[in-house]
Amino acid sequence: MARLGMVIDTRKCVGCMDCVVACKTENSVPEGFNRDWITQKLTGAFPTLALEIRSERCNHCDNPPCVSCCPTGASHVHEYGGVVLVDEKECIGCKACLASCPYDARFIHPEGYADKCTFCIHRVEKGVPPACVAVCPTRCMYFGDLDDPQSEVSRLLASRRNHSLLPEAGTRPRIFYLT
Amino acid sequence: MTFAPSLSRRRFLKVSGVAAGAATVAASAPGLLRAAASEGEKGLRQVPTFCDICFWKCGAIATVRDGKLWKIEGNPLDPLSEGRLCPRGTGGVGAHFDSDRLRTPLMRQGPRGEEKWVAVTWDEALTFIASKMQKIKAEHGPESIALFSHGLGGTFLKHTLKAFGTPNITAPSFAQCRGPRDVGFNLTFGEEVGSPERTDIRNAQCLVLIGSHLGENMHNTQVQEFAEAVGAGASIIVVDPRFSVAASKAKFYLPIKPGADLALILAWMNVLVTEGLYDKDYVQRFGFGFEAFAAEIAASTPEWAYPETGIEPSVIRETAREMARHRPATLVHPGRHATWYGDDTQRSRAIALLNALLGSWGRKGGFYAPSSMEVPAYPCPPYPVSALGKVDNPGRRYPFAIETITTGIREATITGKPYPVKGWFAYATNLMQALPNEGETIKAIQNLDLLVVVDVIGSELAGWADVILPEATYLERYDELNVELFRQSFVALRQPVVEAPNDQKPNWWIARELAMKLGLEAYYPWKDIEEYLDRRLTAAGLSLQTLKKTGIALGRPAPLYFEDGAEAVFPTPSRKIEFYSPQLQAAGFDPVPKYRRPKAGSAGSFRLLFGRAPVHSFGRTQTNPILHDMMPENEVWVNLSVAGRYGLKSGDRVRLKNQDGVVSLPVKVRATEAIRGDCVYMVHGFGHTSQMLRRALHLGASDAQLVTRYETDALMGGTAMNVNFVTLEAEA
Repeated sequence: MARLGMVIDTRKCVGCMDCVVACKTENSVPEGFNRDWITQKLTGAFPTLALEIRSERCNHCDNPPCVSCCPTGASHVHEYGGVVLVDEKECIGCKACLASCPYDARFIHPEGYADKCTFCIHRVEKGVPPACVAVCPTRCMYFGDLDDPQSEVSRLLASRRNHSLLPEAGTRPRIFYLT
Repeated sequence: MTFAPSLSRRRFLKVSGVAAGAATVAASAPGLLRAAASEGEKGLRQVPTFCDICFWKCGAIATVRDGKLWKIEGNPLDPLSEGRLCPRGTGGVGAHFDSDRLRTPLMRQGPRGEEKWVAVTWDEALTFIASKMQKIKAEHGPESIALFSHGLGGTFLKHTLKAFGTPNITAPSFAQCRGPRDVGFNLTFGEEVGSPERTDIRNAQCLVLIGSHLGENMHNTQVQEFAEAVGAGASIIVVDPRFSVAASKAKFYLPIKPGADLALILAWMNVLVTEGLYDKDYVQRFGFGFEAFAAEIAASTPEWAYPETGIEPSVIRETAREMARHRPATLVHPGRHATWYGDDTQRSRAIALLNALLGSWGRKGGFYAPSSMEVPAYPCPPYPVSALGKVDNPGRRYPFAIETITTGIREATITGKPYPVKGWFAYATNLMQALPNEGETIKAIQNLDLLVVVDVIGSELAGWADVILPEATYLERYDELNVELFRQSFVALRQPVVEAPNDQKPNWWIARELAMKLGLEAYYPWKDIEEYLDRRLTAAGLSLQTLKKTGIALGRPAPLYFEDGAEAVFPTPSRKIEFYSPQLQAAGFDPVPKYRRPKAGSAGSFRLLFGRAPVHSFGRTQTNPILHDMMPENEVWVNLSVAGRYGLKSGDRVRLKNQDGVVSLPVKVRATEAIRGDCVYMVHGFGHTSQMLRRALHLGASDAQLVTRYETDALMGGTAMNVNFVTLEAEA
């Protein structure tokens, strides 16, 4: 069983937001909302500065608080790839998952259900990478099976310095940033 | 170390391969998602075309789902995008759905600029325009009508106006943008860098960016290759008063004093020559006037440059040596928007000379030799020859102008000299934001008998028009073929994906109908555009039928570098790379570039700098609902300690007041360490005031409004705009 994850090379990322735009069109994300976003972290003092640019989204955690807190079972771990999904028909829009997510990855869709990144499972199941990965003009995003030591994502994580977001939250996120 | 294009394609396939493995497992996955996937497959229609959100014109494939435009992605066959559009291109579908689109021809009611309109039919609008044009022609001659046109879509309107008899056809892309660069390179190598630029960023081992903010400036090929070079470990040197995204990827970031770039480049060349680090063999073979050049720059030492640039002499030396270490695969990027301080042609020439010292022109990792496909023109009668000649540059007062100067036409429209200009057409360009000093533009407009604007949205300029003609977006029309000089020659087809939602028309139809009303039938021997395109493609050994399916056809590969057999030809007067320029000397200009310190602003004011964001093209995309969502307004970047002195923090709103008392709309402050304290920066294209741009109205501030002053480049008439200064006024 695959454990799908994402590796993003912050050295190559320019923060152009193409990932955000592609997600928006691919998934018809309504105006005013986004399933992924860009964070820029500037450190130092002029002119000795460092900038980390990150494309962020749901981390599809191994230990997802949004799933354990969901009263209806709408938030669930999909059997293929361990992708965290929301069954919109089962969701009552109680926002417990929004509160539990340390990454602020969820929002309430205007139609009343919790919405977020799906890792484009509808594409992945057809053998096509997620829209954000496929569009990226800098080719800084990689997608694959973290459990397969031969996969590109595993090899990158083994060979490059990297970090995930808020590891201290204990969620065991599955998106990693190469630095 | 280099990074071949095939490598990245292989990587993409590998990613797909992982996912393909997943698909077999997924076949047994539960119903919900499987249903979604198969539902996607039926009812889908894919149409190859090419993008028009900027002038890069990337090949794309649009997908229509159940009759409705869904998404647009890169065409993998396209050498420009290599299958990946930029964020603007990806968001291009928003142009089709934009609720602020012009829907029907409009004619002005009441005084110009009041934005009171009456909707008319195409026949009424074009009949009115044609009769006004004939009247102007009868009174002043056909030259009295000028066309300002931006982008490939203007091809047919240009054709109609040339057939009408005017030579006054222009675009802001010369005098307000890349003109100084093109002239500077032309004076040096006898050739220009072109668009798309012939920069071999992909193979550069050292890349020098002077004010170029690739990554924020989203020219697709360049950004893709920039990321590739960064990923391959290229040494990046960035010179910018602002810590740009590109600067964050750099090994060396040089926070230069605004306006001192030429001093730095001269000092770099001084180091390369005095330390003997330049490509002596290359210079000896291809150079002209090197000794005179070397003598001229002998005094431009790093110590001399230090007080001008603020860059330590040791850093200037270290970066010059870094460039020399990687030559000839060191690319000093020529930039694109080059109208900064008024010394722009000479600065661009210095950039060309620096590349020449490094031997990078014609070499791998420097500048490649581009090629294009042979696609013969559709045969047409010759255009009438104007007895009066062009109006923009009387007496060739700008002797090295190689294209028509927009602001020269504007000046002639104001003064009536050398002859009156009484009609303007503007195609897809908002002159109120593109030209400096909007007061002069308004003054010129008031002298016109006819102002026609053809566009998809109602820009500020459209607000001043007599007639507005609504154009179909690129997703709804055929257009001229895209045949460009690039590393791989190609021809690309733009074709309609969906129908225009209202009474918008494609530019070819507008131009052709207007020609019919002007009695210029002979210039349109074809009935419709498909006939035109098929004839051109057939003459090139292709066919419209094939291009409709593929979107793109590739030409034969040609050698890219001198070492591969590309011809080392320099079409300058000396047939060599002109280190010393006799033609500049003869015209009374510096034959070797000389630095002159730019004028400072008054105490307590900040130099106004502007640039690009990756999600917008000029002022043309702010109402696109998708791109608007990415960035609804701009910010003014203010150095953190300066902001502190003013009691400002990020998110506060200020107005900018320039040296002439012009005050901007309120704009959010971005208080940041990432900019020097003597300048402020904003993204161009915001602060719209046209009532027709409802989604973007009054959001952010317009740098163009604050550019009341400009320095004219004496060589070619470019208008330098980084010569304005502002103070900050807190907004209550």
